[in-house]
Amino acid sequence: MSGSLDSYLILSGILFAIGAFGFLARRNAISMLMSIELMLNAVNLTIVAFGAFVKPLSGHASVIALLVVAVAAAEATVGLAIVLAIYRNRRTPLVDEYHEMQQ
Amino acid sequence: MPIGDTIPLTPVRWEDVLFLALATLLIVSALLVVSLRDIIHCGLAMIVSFAALAGIYVLLGNPLLAATQVLVYIGAISILILFAIMLTQTKNAPARLVFQTQARLAAPAAAAIALAIAGVVLTTTWPAGGERLWTSTTEISTLLFSDYVLPFETVSVLLTAAVVGAVVLARRDPGESALDELPPSPDQGEAPAGSEPGDEGGRS
Repeated sequence: MSGSLDSYLILSGILFAIGAFGFLARRNAISMLMSIELMLNAVNLTIVAFGAFVKPLSGHASVIALLVVAVAAAEATVGLAIVLAIYRNRRTPLVDEYHEMQQ
Repeated sequence: MPIGDTIPLTPVRWEDVLFLALATLLIVSALLVVSLRDIIHCGLAMIVSFAALAGIYVLLGNPLLAATQVLVYIGAISILILFAIMLTQTKNAPARLVFQTQARLAAPAAAAIALAIAGVVLTTTWPAGGERLWTSTTEISTLLFSDYVLPFETVSVLLTAAVVGAVVLARRDPGESALDELPPSPDQGEAPAGSEPGDEGGRS
């Protein structure tokens, strides 16, 4: 089981689906950011699994996964700063109470 | 003393047991991240899921990426998220609704995503060998500083820009902060109401 590519890909698919559900369903903006991190982790797992099982990809996949980790860190930093900036103005982290632009 | 490839007296391989344990831990903690009511507990479950994923990277023969996962995700991003949770937590937040009204649509959509991915994975024949390959750190670093120099430098610029942007976004304006922390004065008539906001505006 641990020796086949399929099991890793299915695992990462399940992880991605959980992250997508959390992003769509949670009300808290920070929960949504955590779900985005879960989805990025699932994508990284896919890249690393391909690198581990396909010979010509092995080093390239690791480099791409490292770059994805760095971009994810930048995304988390800016995203949390935006959430903090909105929280300072609105006093709530719940995204369905940000409805100024609906009118 | 070397441990055998399989569990003694059974044909079950250690790697399969480890994979099943880590995968179960990963999926259960990810489900807890999206379903727990208290958001601090969500953050702690997220740390567990990052650690399980680092273990799976080791199983895939990629120790450098496992170390990066521990350093960056568990060490940096989790702490960042926990700080943001503590800065934005309100007293009555855990008592309120966790999910939006669209959650009942999101659940079947997410299940459909998982089923579609599983179906595609199972019906495709991948050009993959049966055995995993150990990815050496030397190979990764050689590639990173030869073929991938341009993305590497771009990522360093991106990280600098992200740090500067986060500081700019999260900083209070001097005038706004003074107005924010001013307690609402009980006697409005005594203080010259018009002068103070104008003064703040002039300074900022």
